[in-house]
Amino acid sequence: MAYSFPEEVLEHVFSFLSSDRDRNAVSLVCKSWYEIERWCRRRIFIGNCYAVSPDIVIRRFPEVRALEMKGKPHFADFNLVPEGWGGYVHPWIRAMSAAYPLLEEIKLKRMVVTDESLELIARSFKNFKVLVLSSCEGFTTDGLASIAANCRNLRELDLRESEVEDLSGHWLSHFPDNCTSLVSLNMSCLGSEVSFSALERLVARCPNLRTLRLNRAVPLEKLPNLLHRAPQLVELGTGAYSAEIRSDIFSNLTEAFSVCKQLKGLSGFWDAIPAFLPAMYSVCSGITSLNLSYATIQSPDLVKLVSQCRNLQRLWVLDYIEDTGLEALAASCKDLQELRVFPSDPFGAEPNVALTEQGLVSVSEGCPKLQSVLYFCRQMSNAALVTIARNRPEMIRFRLCIIEPQAPDYLTLEPLDTGFGAIVENCKELRRLSMSGLLTDKVFEYIGNHAKKLEMLSIAFAGDSDLGLHHVLSGCESLRKLEIRDCPFGDKALLANAAKLETMRSLWMSSCSVSFGACKLLGQKMPRLNVEVIDERGPPDSRPESCPVEKLYVYRTVAGRRADMPGFVWKMDGDKALSADGSGNKPREVVERLGSSYAINFCTWLSYSLQSVPNTDARIITCMGQRNLFC
Amino acid sequence: MADGSYEETELRLGLPGGLDKIVGANSYAGKRGFEETVDLKLNFAAKEENINDSVKPPAKAQVVGWPPVRSFRKNIMTVKKSGDLEDNEKGSGGGAFVKVSMDGAPYLRKVDLKMYKTYKELSDALGKMFSSFTMGKCDTQGMMDFMNESKLMDLLNSSEYVPTYEDKDGDWMLVGDVPWQMFVESCKRLRIMKGTEAKGLAPRAMEKCKSRS
Repeated sequence: MAYSFPEEVLEHVFSFLSSDRDRNAVSLVCKSWYEIERWCRRRIFIGNCYAVSPDIVIRRFPEVRALEMKGKPHFADFNLVPEGWGGYVHPWIRAMSAAYPLLEEIKLKRMVVTDESLELIARSFKNFKVLVLSSCEGFTTDGLASIAANCRNLRELDLRESEVEDLSGHWLSHFPDNCTSLVSLNMSCLGSEVSFSALERLVARCPNLRTLRLNRAVPLEKLPNLLHRAPQLVELGTGAYSAEIRSDIFSNLTEAFSVCKQLKGLSGFWDAIPAFLPAMYSVCSGITSLNLSYATIQSPDLVKLVSQCRNLQRLWVLDYIEDTGLEALAASCKDLQELRVFPSDPFGAEPNVALTEQGLVSVSEGCPKLQSVLYFCRQMSNAALVTIARNRPEMIRFRLCIIEPQAPDYLTLEPLDTGFGAIVENCKELRRLSMSGLLTDKVFEYIGNHAKKLEMLSIAFAGDSDLGLHHVLSGCESLRKLEIRDCPFGDKALLANAAKLETMRSLWMSSCSVSFGACKLLGQKMPRLNVEVIDERGPPDSRPESCPVEKLYVYRTVAGRRADMPGFVWKMDGDKALSADGSGNKPREVVERLGSSYAINFCTWLSYSLQSVPNTDARIITCMGQRNLFC
Repeated sequence: MADGSYEETELRLGLPGGLDKIVGANSYAGKRGFEETVDLKLNFAAKEENINDSVKPPAKAQVVGWPPVRSFRKNIMTVKKSGDLEDNEKGSGGGAFVKVSMDGAPYLRKVDLKMYKTYKELSDALGKMFSSFTMGKCDTQGMMDFMNESKLMDLLNSSEYVPTYEDKDGDWMLVGDVPWQMFVESCKRLRIMKGTEAKGLAPRAMEKCKSRS
């Protein structure tokens, strides 16, 4: 049947398929469809840069135009991943500069990007259009200057939340006078002041500019200049939102906002002072996305502002909004889909604001479309969680952070198992869950039984035993990412569910009770996983095999062991398994010693003949058993 | 600062908070079970404390990565409004993250200087990060006695490690020569090096110190 359509026709049909899942399905139909599809795939998403190698990607998909890729584990956001861990993009850029001269888009998250990489991008891709660097680091404003200067058709430059070494604001002036293609510019993470006149001229000559996110250094009194030159803006991030309180500044600002009839999204608002908030009122009715999470304004002013935004769909705000503000939000913003409440004083011992579980309950009652929640608070009850679950069964993302670890239900002093159990039982579409508070193995039983669509789970200071982890790994059918810290989960559950790990993108466990021996065993038996131990105390074999490792990161891969791991100096002989006492026990002996202490499930493994551990580079700290499949 | 308060703020890998929070209520067997099973046998230099003996819960600030707030969102309340955005690494939010390297250690770390109130706290935290490192002889204020040349020379001749930092002017100084707050504001980078290597820094540090007093 494939032969009745010419290739061009099939290609044309395939071009309507945007989802990776569909394209992957298409490529499995038959060999010719596989061939046709791989030649016309233009967009690639790689959720873990180490799951595959540049060569493999390039070999299969020769005509890629857009790459999206993620590097470090999510917990890197909270400083749990040491510097130098990895996530370097340069090998990819190097390979693509030769293979994909027509590349147009690169979107990276949690990767290390250097100025060298940016310069190579600027030089290699003549039609480069989109650069999005989300939570990346490793580059300076010099690298940005290269991009600005050389990418003639640049449409998007978005540095959201990246850590940039800010040498000067001069990079912006490198956009040539004939650059008129910008659609989106997000420089909000930068510190230095850019030349305002260069910025003004750039904005003025880019008629398609839709998104402009300024950095804090852009003064409020100059904002009208930019707005007048870009009245078509859809998303605006202000700079510092404070200035001398003068009526001319206020009226200029008011007038400038009133000209921007297309504005849908607002952010920025550093150092916001209430006096200037009314200047925005004219745009509020059109606003669907509002990020006030840097604005330290208090509840009455916050509430006044938010109540004007009747069409709000997404609100990010500090806990200054308090329960009363959230009640008002629930009353005014019936289209609200996403709420994020951040803590203004996360390390304070005492609450500094009147924000409790009640605020979230109000929003769950009043906002019928609420599906995505990130909420920091200091007290929670099972009753509240049950109410929220029953109010909003269509919840998709629920991330709750009770600031004190292992805080129980403040009313009953019981664990919060029932509450979170209600969440997973009622919210059948739940895809992402982060939990906190006092939790026993019971909650994991609920999760394993009910959370069938859960894709990402974050756990901290929870559970009693391996049973908890076992429930999750054996029950959550859709689980892709699991991240765990400070939980009493050890070897048994991990090894009993080793096969599950191949169906997931990654597992992170830190400050748990997984022993070095179990890590080795896992690595040996699961060749398609990279089992990486991160341990800053020195080589794992300098401690007993039963000693828990500090951090464990396990991910599936077709690329074999990665070559860029930071390492300790550690002696390894090529023809024997790594053993704790350095005695070079034969591999079988090692496993038999370990095997007897594990559940019956592993007995089958004992019968496998073990291969001796390959001779690894002294600098590698990964667990043994990972053979390079592509040598 | 009294010595007793250091315990409150010590950095630990284990659970923060004392058992006494739960003991008063239904003492939860599960929680205790965890503490028994987690016997990490960590080989830290300054390992006098064990998990069970905390009297007061330590300040929340001291658990690494908890609460899970990204660095640019921390310290929103204490952010200065002077508009003086010096060090890019602090981002446009707050916090004073500086890179810490130790000669011979495989990893760089980052610390948020705003999480600590004294040199002793910083020293304890660094000690846990780099277990073979000790701050050496500091007086109770945490300020090194630069006026005492022989004391200083002793330290610099030893094979102990000393912390040094790069200040705003790009000069490398010995840590401890200025009041804590001044240090936090001027420190851009930390490097822990062997005392003998840090010798070259002492004269400058002493001069700067002299010129300030």
